[in-house]
Amino acid sequence: MSIEVRNVSKRFGSFQALDDVSIDVDGGALTALLGPSGSGKSTLLRIIAGLESPDTGEIRLAGEDATPLTTQQRGVGFVFQHYAAFKHMSVRENIAFGLKVRKRPRDEVRSRVDELLELVQLQGFGDRYPAQLSGGQRQRMALARALAPEPKVLLLDEPFGALDARVRAELRVWLRRLHDETHTTTVFVTHDQEEAMDVADSVVVMNKGRVEQVAGPRELYDAPANEFVMSFVGQATRIDDTWVRPHDFELVLAPNGSTREAQVERVVHLGFEVRAELIRDDGEILAVQLTRDQAAQLELEQGQIVYVRPTRATTF
Amino acid sequence: MRKYVLRFLALGYLLAVLLGPLSMVFFRAFDKGVDPLWKTLSDPNTVHAFKLTLIIALIAVPLNAIFGVVCALAIVRRRFPGAGIVNAIVDLPLAISPVVVGLSLFLLYGRTGWFGPWFARHGMQILFALPSMVIATIFVSLPFVAREVVPTLREIGDEQEQAARTLGATNWQTFWRITLPSIRWAVVYGVVLTTARCLGEYGAVAVVSGNIEGKTQTATLRVQDAYENFNQSGAYGISLVLAAISVVVLVTMTLLRPKEEQAL
Repeated sequence: MSIEVRNVSKRFGSFQALDDVSIDVDGGALTALLGPSGSGKSTLLRIIAGLESPDTGEIRLAGEDATPLTTQQRGVGFVFQHYAAFKHMSVRENIAFGLKVRKRPRDEVRSRVDELLELVQLQGFGDRYPAQLSGGQRQRMALARALAPEPKVLLLDEPFGALDARVRAELRVWLRRLHDETHTTTVFVTHDQEEAMDVADSVVVMNKGRVEQVAGPRELYDAPANEFVMSFVGQATRIDDTWVRPHDFELVLAPNGSTREAQVERVVHLGFEVRAELIRDDGEILAVQLTRDQAAQLELEQGQIVYVRPTRATTF
Repeated sequence: MRKYVLRFLALGYLLAVLLGPLSMVFFRAFDKGVDPLWKTLSDPNTVHAFKLTLIIALIAVPLNAIFGVVCALAIVRRRFPGAGIVNAIVDLPLAISPVVVGLSLFLLYGRTGWFGPWFARHGMQILFALPSMVIATIFVSLPFVAREVVPTLREIGDEQEQAARTLGATNWQTFWRITLPSIRWAVVYGVVLTTARCLGEYGAVAVVSGNIEGKTQTATLRVQDAYENFNQSGAYGISLVLAAISVVVLVTMTLLRPKEEQAL
C-alpha cells in the first residue's frame, strides 16, 4: 500500500514540528525517515498512523484520503521505541491482541500467534510476561504484535533506539530480511544514519520540520542535495566554500605544488582504518581517513608535518 | 543509630495516636463481660443501623469508584475541556468539614432550599431520609479513588493505549483491556479507602439524617447515641465492629498488593 503525504504542517504551541512536508512512499518499499532530534520525523510517522492529526495537509493511503480516518480505521502496524508492551498480558496475549479485538475465531488466533512467535524467534517464550524478557525480545514481541493483524503498512518509531549496539545490529539485519519476505510497506524513524543507510531502500532526510532530500543510500552520500545532508549523512569537512569527505584527501610527505602544509594533531587507529586530524597552515582543521597501508607508508604520528590535497570536493 | 531513633519515634507516634485508643475501645467493649455487649449488638435498632450503613456504602462506593476513574482519566489525559477545573475541585471534600457539607445540603434540599420545594411537590423525601444520607456520604468520600488512580495513570503513560488503538481496539476495548487492568490495584485501593470513609462518616450524615432510631440512624450515629445514653459498653461494642471491619479490609488489601507487584 502506497503512502502519500501532501503539504502536511503541524505545530505544537510555538514549535513548528512539520512545515509543509510532502513525501511519497511506494507500496512495498522500505523507507527510513532520518534526521536529528526535533526534525519532525517522529511527528510525521505519528501523523501517518493517525496518532496525531495534521494542522493542514493530507495523508493518502493506497491512493485514498486517510486524513479523516482514526488510527483504528487506518489498519497500520506501529512499533514504539519503548515497546509499549501490555505489561499485564503474556507474550501470547500481547501478540493476539489485535486479532482478539477483531473477534477472530479462537483457532485462527492460536495458529497465527504460533506462526508469529516462530517468525520473531520467540518460541517457548509465549507464556512469559514482558518484564521477563530482554529489550531485544520485547521489541521482537512488539513487532509480532504489530504484524499479527496483517497491516498494509508497518511504521516503526526509532525501533532499536533503546537497545545496545550489538542487539541493534542483529535486529537491523532481521528487519531487512523480514521485509524482503513480507514486502509490507515499511517506514521507520531513526537518527542513526548508518542504520538508515544499512536497512532502507530509500531515505528521507529531515531537518527542522522540512524534507531536505529523498534518495537511495548511495545517492544520498555521493550526491547530497545541500550542505545539511552533506554534513549530516557521513562526515565532511568544510574548506572555504567546498566540502570534502575524510577519504577524499591525498597525503604526501613532500610538497608537490597543489598541496598545502599541515600538522598532524591526532591519530586514531580503529583497526580497519586510521583516522587523523590535521591542522592546515591557515588554521583549518581537517578530518582525514586513511587505509592501514597508507598510514603505515606515511608513518603517521602526532606532530608530524604532511602535505595535503583534496582529491574530490563538493560545492553547493 | 539515627535509624533506630527514627523508627522508635515513628512507632511510638503510631502507638500513642492510633493503636492506643483503638485497643482501649477493644478492652472497654468487654469491660462488663460479653452479655451487655451482645444485648446491644443484637438490638434490632443496632442491626438496622448496620444495615443502613451498609446500604449507603453499597450505593456510594460504586458510584464514587466510577466517578473517580472518570475524573482521573479527565485529569491525566485531559481529553476534554474543563479537566483543569476537575482537578482543582476533586479535593474539595477533603478540605471542607463534613458538618459544612451537611449544612449545605440542608440549604439545597430544605423546605426553603433551591431544590427542596420541587422534590416536596413530587412527593420525594430527600432530607431525613436515605437520599440525603447517600448524597452526603458520596460527597465526603469523593476524592479517594481519583487520588489513588491519578498517579498510577501518570506513571503508566498512554503509550500502551496508543498501541492498542493502532491494533484496532476501540476506545471502549482499550479502556477495558488496557487501561483498567493497568490501574486495577489503584482502583481497588481507592475503593477500600472510600469504603472505610463511607462506613465511618459521621458529621455530614448527622446533620441531614435527623438521627431517627431504627429509621435514619447509621452505625456511627448509634455509637454517639449509645454513648450519650450512658450505654458505654454498647457504644464501644458498635465501635469495635466498625473498627474490625476497617482493619479486616486494610489487612486484606496489604496482603493482596505486594503479590501483584511481584508478578509485574
